[in-house]
Amino acid sequence: MSNQPANNRGATGKEPVAVVGIGQTHHVAARHDVSIAGLVREAAARALNDAELTWADIDAVVIGKAPDFFEGVMMPELYLADALGAVGKPMMRVHTAGSVGGSTTLVASNLIASRVHRTVLTLAFEKQSESNAMWGLSLPVPFQQPLLAGAGGFFAPHVRAYMRRAGAPDTVGSLVAYKDRRNALKNPYAHLHEKDITLEKVQASPMLWDPVRYSETCPSSDGACAMVLTDRTGAARSPRPPAWMHGGAMRSEPTLFAGKDFVSPQAGKDCAADVYRQAGITDPRREIDAVEMYVPFSWYEPMWLENLGFADEGEGWKLTESGATELDGDLPVNPSGGVLSTNPIGASGMIRFAEAALQVRGAAGEHQVDGARKALGHAYGGGSQFFSMWLVGSEPPTG
Amino acid sequence: MRDIAIVAFAQSDHLRRTDECSEVEMVMPVLHSVLAQTGLKTSDIGFTCSGSSDYLAGRAFSFTMTLDGVGAWPPISESHVEMDGAWALYEAWVKLLTGEADTALVYSYGKSSPGSVRDVLTRQLDPYYVAPLWPDSVALAALQAQALIDAGETDEPALAGVAARSRGDAADNPHAQLPGARPQGDYLVQPLRTGDCPPIGDGAAAVVLVAGDRARDLCERPAWIRGMDHRIEAHSLGVRDLTDSPSARLAAERAGAFERPVDTAELHAPFTSQEVVLRKALRLGDDVRVNPSGGALAANPVMAAGLIRLGEAAARIQRGESDRALAHATSGPCLQQNLVAVLEGEAQ
Repeated sequence: MSNQPANNRGATGKEPVAVVGIGQTHHVAARHDVSIAGLVREAAARALNDAELTWADIDAVVIGKAPDFFEGVMMPELYLADALGAVGKPMMRVHTAGSVGGSTTLVASNLIASRVHRTVLTLAFEKQSESNAMWGLSLPVPFQQPLLAGAGGFFAPHVRAYMRRAGAPDTVGSLVAYKDRRNALKNPYAHLHEKDITLEKVQASPMLWDPVRYSETCPSSDGACAMVLTDRTGAARSPRPPAWMHGGAMRSEPTLFAGKDFVSPQAGKDCAADVYRQAGITDPRREIDAVEMYVPFSWYEPMWLENLGFADEGEGWKLTESGATELDGDLPVNPSGGVLSTNPIGASGMIRFAEAALQVRGAAGEHQVDGARKALGHAYGGGSQFFSMWLVGSEPPTG
Repeated sequence: MRDIAIVAFAQSDHLRRTDECSEVEMVMPVLHSVLAQTGLKTSDIGFTCSGSSDYLAGRAFSFTMTLDGVGAWPPISESHVEMDGAWALYEAWVKLLTGEADTALVYSYGKSSPGSVRDVLTRQLDPYYVAPLWPDSVALAALQAQALIDAGETDEPALAGVAARSRGDAADNPHAQLPGARPQGDYLVQPLRTGDCPPIGDGAAAVVLVAGDRARDLCERPAWIRGMDHRIEAHSLGVRDLTDSPSARLAAERAGAFERPVDTAELHAPFTSQEVVLRKALRLGDDVRVNPSGGALAANPVMAAGLIRLGEAAARIQRGESDRALAHATSGPCLQQNLVAVLEGEAQ
């Protein structure tokens, strides 16, 4: 509870932000064994254990999730205040569609960067089994055309536009899915553990929204992810190596307008450019060691590789095809298995941010990228409309 | 701490129904108005943040539509809280404190008219044990009012006095939904009568925040934010003392409200009995002008009513009618969550 004293510390510039605790639940289709409160408590307790802190060490809680309609609870943070040890503390609720897990992390990090608080718990969750995400996302006529079944129906035409524009062969999507599902086998928290996965099985899976196949589509998961963020003093006390935030940004643009590029939205490019500027990154392809990007449908890996500046326009699929994005490639993408293997929607963005932090802490276990020192976490939401990203490093930021 | 001020505030006329306009159409004039007051354009704004609720709109991702009203092209730095706009202002204030932005546009809106807001608000209760019983917001406020009466903190005539004063003051507020004297009416849920309860209505509000000397260029007398804090309490009513508001008191303390007396307080108290609780928790004496705008008893657009309190307090400072004001917002049943800001004008 450091509001006033923190403000008077007299330092200039932003306070560095460190990740000292990370926790997530095992993600599954339905956690019938816990309530929503039980689910979030589990992730938060793991994050506190990782940081070797107690609930009393937390100054504020910042929570995010995707639409309230997914669980049928309006502003669930009110009910969750007790479960997250927030009673008597500030508690905020962020909602920026699918990018929310990333945005929530950034709102929490600003509380430290501004020196309003010293140690903040941030958490994002989705318990999709409480209701039906398909209906939660199905907007009433006349706001949206009928028969636009789920998110895949919205994104498939944009994937098709990418394939045509880039001249990509139709085999690239299955490579991404095969890679991410194999990576997930090394991640004990991942939802899908398809032990007998083969490339042929991915390619033989049913076509859902041409060109997106069943095995190239994210699952619906119950799950939560939490992080403990702290300042320089807190990081010095951390029992394990912290991950340091080197840059973070959000960008938004309208969903529908005549000039919108759905294949590579300007908001995504601007967001990445802002993060790289803050982090002093001039050549992301060479300077970033691991990427956790929001890929709910396999084709979004090559698309975002271009949008995020890892490949020139039209070249992203070649990077994927070359094997560079494999766990043992020189630009591993989604070593955790990604959204394709685990998708508690509101938490998916925070899982990307947290997995990036695990990589630079050297704490990613079997899916650790050797020697990862800088990693990017990426999230997007709406109709490719909202973006949030951060870049974390194993060393504190300079300057 | 960086100096940050509210330099402009705009709100819609608050109406019982606005069937003729969408949320975007309701928000756009307010956005245009608040920007026009400062001469700023969307492209001049460093950070934008909004507050709203999907449940009021009856559709997921409702805020994505109102973003169109901002004109988010080229892309903007933007965020959203599923909370009252007062918390969107808090997020923007923190963002400005980091130095990453120098100006912020904050807006919020709510249309209660399409559904039954009393039923809708039951959906924010504990979903397993409480929400299935559908206890509505008026019934829960009535429990709090009865607890106050039982504790000897107030009585029904005193509550009627709060209602009469608020709506009398609202006669000078052209945006208010219920201005001027009106009868207390019959019991809605005993001991609360119609007059003790807020109107149900639709409305929107927006403010512009600016850091440093730039605020003086854009506004003759900026309302400087001297401190701001918010706190939440347990959700279950059974573990709370409903006659007190420890979270409001702590937020006020952290915001610096008790360091010097305030002359004005804009309290987000949708029920007359909640003003009684807040006056005590915030240590407001009889010499403090409480809710000169008429408060939430005169206009209560859910999700915007808290932001309006900050805006009304700031506008009063800008007009030279206050030197130091407290602004308060609340969320959740029976004042579960509370935000307090302290605003000051420079010596005139």
